[in-house]
Amino acid sequence: MRVPMTEYLLIDLDTERWICRVCAHDFGDARGNYKEGTLVYDRDPQEIHPPVIDPEKYEFTFSPDPAFCRILEFYCPTCGTQIEAEYLPPGHPPTVDMLWDIDSLREKWDAHGGNPEEVVNYGPGENAEADLSARFDSVTPHAHSRQNEGH
Amino acid sequence: MTLTTDQFVPTSGDDDASQLLTDQEQQWVDKFMDETTLFLGPDPAIMRTHEIMPRTAYEEECIAKGIDPLEVDRIRKRLAGALDEAFEMCESMGAAPGAKWADLSCAVYTAEGDVTYLSNRGVIAFSAVLHHPIRYIMKNWKDEPTVGINPGDGFFHNDSRFGMVHNTDQSMLVPVMRDGIIIAWVGATIHEGENGACEPGGMPSGSESPFDDGLRASPIKIVEKGHLRRDLLTFLQHSTRDPKLMLADIKVKMGATRRIMDTVDRLIDEVGQETFVASLRVTVEDVETEVRRRIGELPDGTVTFNQFVDSTLKENILIKFACKITVKGERMIIDLTGTGPEILNRALNSPLASTKSFMSQAVLSYWWPDLPRSTGALSPIEIITEEHTWADAGYDAPVGQSLQASFRGFSALQSAFAKMQFSSPQKYSNVVAPWFNQINDFLWGGTTQNGEQVGNLCADLNGMGGGAKAFRDGEDAVAPLFCAMADLGEQEVMEEEVPFLQLVSKRLVRDNQGFGKYRGGMGYEMMVASRGTPSWGFMTVTSGSKFSSVPGMFGGYGCPVYPLAMVKDINIYDIIKKDPSQFNLSMERVMNEQPFEGGDYQTGHMGLQFDVAKEGELYMIAQGAGGGYGDVLERDPELVVTDLELDRISAQVATNVYGVVWEADTFVVHEQATIELRAQMRQDRISRGKPYKEFIAEFVQEEPPKDLLYYGSWGQDNNEELLATHWGKIEPERVKGKIEDLPLIMVPDRRVLKISKLEARVRELEQKYGEVAVHKS
Repeated sequence: MRVPMTEYLLIDLDTERWICRVCAHDFGDARGNYKEGTLVYDRDPQEIHPPVIDPEKYEFTFSPDPAFCRILEFYCPTCGTQIEAEYLPPGHPPTVDMLWDIDSLREKWDAHGGNPEEVVNYGPGENAEADLSARFDSVTPHAHSRQNEGH
Repeated sequence: MTLTTDQFVPTSGDDDASQLLTDQEQQWVDKFMDETTLFLGPDPAIMRTHEIMPRTAYEEECIAKGIDPLEVDRIRKRLAGALDEAFEMCESMGAAPGAKWADLSCAVYTAEGDVTYLSNRGVIAFSAVLHHPIRYIMKNWKDEPTVGINPGDGFFHNDSRFGMVHNTDQSMLVPVMRDGIIIAWVGATIHEGENGACEPGGMPSGSESPFDDGLRASPIKIVEKGHLRRDLLTFLQHSTRDPKLMLADIKVKMGATRRIMDTVDRLIDEVGQETFVASLRVTVEDVETEVRRRIGELPDGTVTFNQFVDSTLKENILIKFACKITVKGERMIIDLTGTGPEILNRALNSPLASTKSFMSQAVLSYWWPDLPRSTGALSPIEIITEEHTWADAGYDAPVGQSLQASFRGFSALQSAFAKMQFSSPQKYSNVVAPWFNQINDFLWGGTTQNGEQVGNLCADLNGMGGGAKAFRDGEDAVAPLFCAMADLGEQEVMEEEVPFLQLVSKRLVRDNQGFGKYRGGMGYEMMVASRGTPSWGFMTVTSGSKFSSVPGMFGGYGCPVYPLAMVKDINIYDIIKKDPSQFNLSMERVMNEQPFEGGDYQTGHMGLQFDVAKEGELYMIAQGAGGGYGDVLERDPELVVTDLELDRISAQVATNVYGVVWEADTFVVHEQATIELRAQMRQDRISRGKPYKEFIAEFVQEEPPKDLLYYGSWGQDNNEELLATHWGKIEPERVKGKIEDLPLIMVPDRRVLKISKLEARVRELEQKYGEVAVHKS
């Protein structure tokens, strides 16, 4: 059973691994920090947020000051998807942003009885209905969809 | 502070039972303390708790007689109708600019002060904090012979140390009484603006002590048995710059609470007092119970979201707002340990209750907006903070611009929730990236064209860009984080009352987006200049000019940063009168082309203390953008070129950030070339990205850069150890320790620092060129 935990990360409850929802890359122990399985790049924020007013003339330009702010980009090592972009002071340790209790997660889904890849969506409203199943095994749409239940 | 005998804990060796007081002795002590209390300041026992009160004996009695859920629902709907009606009264009759744009709320409370229900529109945080003053009134004034509480009384307060979002807001709290017993309260609160602070407008970024924060009204009985007390009213009017505003809006709030009271009176007549009391109480309890259940639906685990704020509003620093949220079963613990210390001569600190009020705002507007807006929503959530941090400021810290810290309380919860709720099969709100969280807005003050003294703010604070949703772009300039249905106001209407024009209003700024698969809502620029006034000035009161205020979500980017731009020593009105073609104004053109001869073109961070604005001098800022959602390389190329065609993004962003190739003349996407460019960009990521451990070894430092004025924990392994910059001597030094071990943190006057630097340079040059000069001190 795989649980969509973010837009790009699944937790496989059978193997207890973080995996990429796009390409199935294994990021490591689901009880730990998925970032340890990523590639990281220290991005100068001025490359992303360009100045609107002339940096040759002015100190404040709409573009972050690289001496105050860096953007850490976390990539999937296999497909290159940008999983997270964290704004940090230079030299500050990246945040361990999510740590999950896997036993409890399993218990909750066992109690629920549904397939997380089918029932998790973006919230209320028709527009928020989503296919959050793993993209890597959906060559035909939705490998875990109800259409396949009879097979 | 209020002292009670309960607070005198026996010291070691003094715990002999023979020393405990008898009941009689305790009564004598209590009586003595009551009669000789020097000062009834904010009471920590009230101010540090946000849980709902235990049932009173009378509530127990009322509930014991039976609850009909349908009847409770009917009562709640009737109250909601009355509250909405009162809200509209305040909105249409209120004199404060904030009132006209929905910056207010109305509420019904239990006898002990728990919010039972709020108006559907308005600011949730306002009423989510007013249980504090009601408890203060109940504890200190109810049985106080010189005050007392009677039918028709109304209490006023504004000081956030007694429970208020910030000191610009003013309340009217009115008891519902039957047979001499208080059975409920009704209230109205409006962001009034002007409050007599050291700068006009009520949110002074220049405040350096609590006495610069303006009016310090603890709860006072301003209305006695239906009559407004003229002596106190005069005192309040005399304490601020806008006496008419004070009078008008106290009367508006009296009218609004009277309207709520009419419905309450009719309801009690119809359903009976006991059913009414029981329904208020069970609503609060039901919300608390439902919140616990919903917490239980979230996955167990810990989500951490740290924020870094780049300004004291006088100088650029970095101060951390740390937040770790842990869910275990039906328990949720929010831990702000690691948050930077209070800065005792800067305005950015927030009282704990104000910080919590914006946590309520996040819970009731972005987590579970379907719940009745009640104190019960935050009540079951445990909150850990350290007193004397900037999110939990002490009594002696200035709090004039407390939104700097309290809004971060909102962002901490709103942003973390996307991760907390993502895997839940049952959601009550959409997955959304961070909302913009600064009031990029002009405050103003001075003498109007009508000869009146005023101080207040523009409605543009309500134009914050929304965060991108997981399935669509965020909305541009949609609503402030604190009020879902606030209004941007009509600038032309405002210009009839205040002596300045918005020469540019609501023009979107190119690239002012949080980029992502879905982008954040954009903000617009504002350009103002005074006209026809003997004295006028502007202020700005936000951070985020060097470090982005909000990040993105799941690979999306955050907002850019925002400058304040000014052109001094010109009169734009003379210029455009002489040459109307110069009315082609935008921040980009004016600042880059510098078209006005003799103008002094300046930028600064967004903490501008009251700046005298001579006629026609230009002041320019931009409203902020919401965070983006998801990987930029997954954004539909058609959406990218649509933004490009509308000049919402630059070609540089379309190419370098979004990886889209298009035909320059027609804006037609080259699909294959885009696929190939994006594939190459993914490969480039893989090539330049470093394995995590290798990256950590290179990037992470033991401490912040030496020249960075930093406050808060560094990393998250030891959040109890805070770093701070201390000016114990002439040069700043970095200090470390637990909050209780740090020295008092203050920042020297930046002009003194600048003068010292210039003096040092003068001496250096004198030495270099052998000039002998006598410097007398």
